[in-house]
Amino acid sequence: MTTAEALSCQELTELVTDYLEGALSPAERAHFEKHLAECGNCEIYLEQIRVTIRLTGTLAPDQLTPEAEEALLHAFRGWKR
Amino acid sequence: MQQVVSPDETKLIEALRAGDEQAFRELVRMYNSSLLRVARIYVPTQTLAEEVVAETWLAVLEGIDRFEGRSTLKTWIFRILANRAKTRAVRERRTLPLSAFEPERIQEPALAADRFRDWDDPRWPGHWAVPPTPWPEDRLLAGETRDKLAEAIDALPGTQRAVISLRDIEGWSAEEVCNALGLTETNQRVLLHRARAKVRKALEDYVK
Repeated sequence: MTTAEALSCQELTELVTDYLEGALSPAERAHFEKHLAECGNCEIYLEQIRVTIRLTGTLAPDQLTPEAEEALLHAFRGWKR
Repeated sequence: MQQVVSPDETKLIEALRAGDEQAFRELVRMYNSSLLRVARIYVPTQTLAEEVVAETWLAVLEGIDRFEGRSTLKTWIFRILANRAKTRAVRERRTLPLSAFEPERIQEPALAADRFRDWDDPRWPGHWAVPPTPWPEDRLLAGETRDKLAEAIDALPGTQRAVISLRDIEGWSAEEVCNALGLTETNQRVLLHRARAKVRKALEDYVK
């Protein structure tokens, strides 16, 4: 590490979510982005986290089976009476 | 008293109170899968989770006339679920480890320590020893990769699984997840961080 504030790669991997969630302070963000600009490996890591999020987003929410939905609607009709 | 219920929810609530079956169907389709994911934090099996969710829907119907709009309808429904699920968990004699909702009590790095150089490394302490390598695009797009992804999410501890599912599959905001699960912002982020790191690792192991 060249300066006291510089992040190591390991530290960066632990800050990735805070970075993506906008939870870093402006100073931390600056250190994060400085490291990223100089480190191809960490750039790959961050991109893989982004890909992971994107792929997870393509998983469909579980659908109710028609039977389960019908059972709930049956309960609804009972409640309405 | 501040009303936080959106116009869409207000319409839905009025329709429910009027006994509109289509409105109930819509609500069920909107939240049932998320309710199941949250219920699974508290109870050990999918069957029990389904029972808790069914009970929750009945409680929602029974309570809708008294719903005052001090929270969003969504938050209200998920609070009912949490109460039901906790009651059920106690009845099933299952106590949650405290750490489930307080993740920072346990150290759990995003990546194994041996992926990095030692802290006393003379030149590059804490830098990559085994860096990530780019993923082949064609493997990522294969349907099987998504199966692996779904498996990796299923294998997560309950609270992490719920957080990543709600955030990244169901598209909830951080604030909504905090409200529904009773998590602090920090804990929500820690759980999401760990979940995403493990799922990334599972993808890495699969595509490389």
